[in-house]
Amino acid sequence: MNTDRSKNYPLARRAVVGTILNQRGNMLVVAGLGASAWDVTAAGDVPLNFPLWGAMGGALSVGLGLALSQPSRRVLVITGDGEILMGLGSLATVAIQQPPNLAIVVLDNERYGETGMQLTHTSGGVDLAAVAAAAGIPNSNTITDEKGLISALPQIRNKAQLVFFNIKVRAEKLPLVLPPKDGAYLKDRFRLALLGPEASA
Amino acid sequence: MAKFDYENWPDDIFQILMDHQVRQVAYVPDAGHTQLINMCHDCNEMKTVVLTTEEEGVALLAGAWLGGDRGALLMQSSGVGNCLNMLTLPRVCRMPLLMLVTMRGEWGEFNPWQVPMGQNTEKALTLAGVITFPVDDGRCVQDTVEAAARMAFEGCAATAVLISQRILGAKTFGK
Repeated sequence: MNTDRSKNYPLARRAVVGTILNQRGNMLVVAGLGASAWDVTAAGDVPLNFPLWGAMGGALSVGLGLALSQPSRRVLVITGDGEILMGLGSLATVAIQQPPNLAIVVLDNERYGETGMQLTHTSGGVDLAAVAAAAGIPNSNTITDEKGLISALPQIRNKAQLVFFNIKVRAEKLPLVLPPKDGAYLKDRFRLALLGPEASA
Repeated sequence: MAKFDYENWPDDIFQILMDHQVRQVAYVPDAGHTQLINMCHDCNEMKTVVLTTEEEGVALLAGAWLGGDRGALLMQSSGVGNCLNMLTLPRVCRMPLLMLVTMRGEWGEFNPWQVPMGQNTEKALTLAGVITFPVDDGRCVQDTVEAAARMAFEGCAATAVLISQRILGAKTFGK
């Protein structure tokens, strides 16, 4: 097991998220707790982001519920390898539903970033794209470089297809860019932006 | 075996879910919920989501609410233990959550492995900030679920109806 390999991965997580969200259109974004939420916020703290500060293992399920409720909107879940490892079963649940408007992006740095960069299972070879494919998400791939990222962008942003991309990103500690912390506020501003006055009904 | 011979409580629950415009029904199966799950599957207005673990349902219905859908989460009492950390979501985000829990380990249980969680289901929910509505008479399920649904969807609370084994009939093997 090469435990240091992720220090040399060419893709940088914040740039990856910046590229994906650069032309986000009316995409709805759920971010898993920790670095993924900071990355999404660094690309712009907007009401149609729902960044989690807890509920580890739940980001994909939140995205699924959102995708089922808003079939005409693209829903993007951006989360980390540690976060999705805590909820691997939700890949099976998503696969049974096959929501065509859901895109899943895992920023896989092979570390638990918020707790001291301890190694996750992916550092030991657990292949999340293979897990997703085996669960029944046919469009599941691993991205390791800029070229792969660019070619995946249309699929992530707007193809009417359930997709899963595991993006190998460099293990690095970055400045914190924090979204608002109050969950009720995050929820209210999201619903108001998405549903309008109906949100308070 | 049931406290009273009233068997239409699953139909009563289904009607309340319809009345409250519940659109996503998430569940880990339980024998006690069989009829209700089947009715939800057959309903064109409801999306049913089978889960691998109950906590997925808590997160799923948070996402549903973000998108404007009301939901209900069906499980057995053992599944409540699987939900605890995820119950952070409805609490911190002040979102509705309606849980319909069929009890095990509570009344005439034959399986000792069900007892620890069954005896602590209500306490665990209370600790996690969920308002509990125990019910042990099939004729009272309708009113109880209605009260819990109103407090969830109108009062923005996390609520759980605990449906006693007295109503379900304690499970046995064989027979």
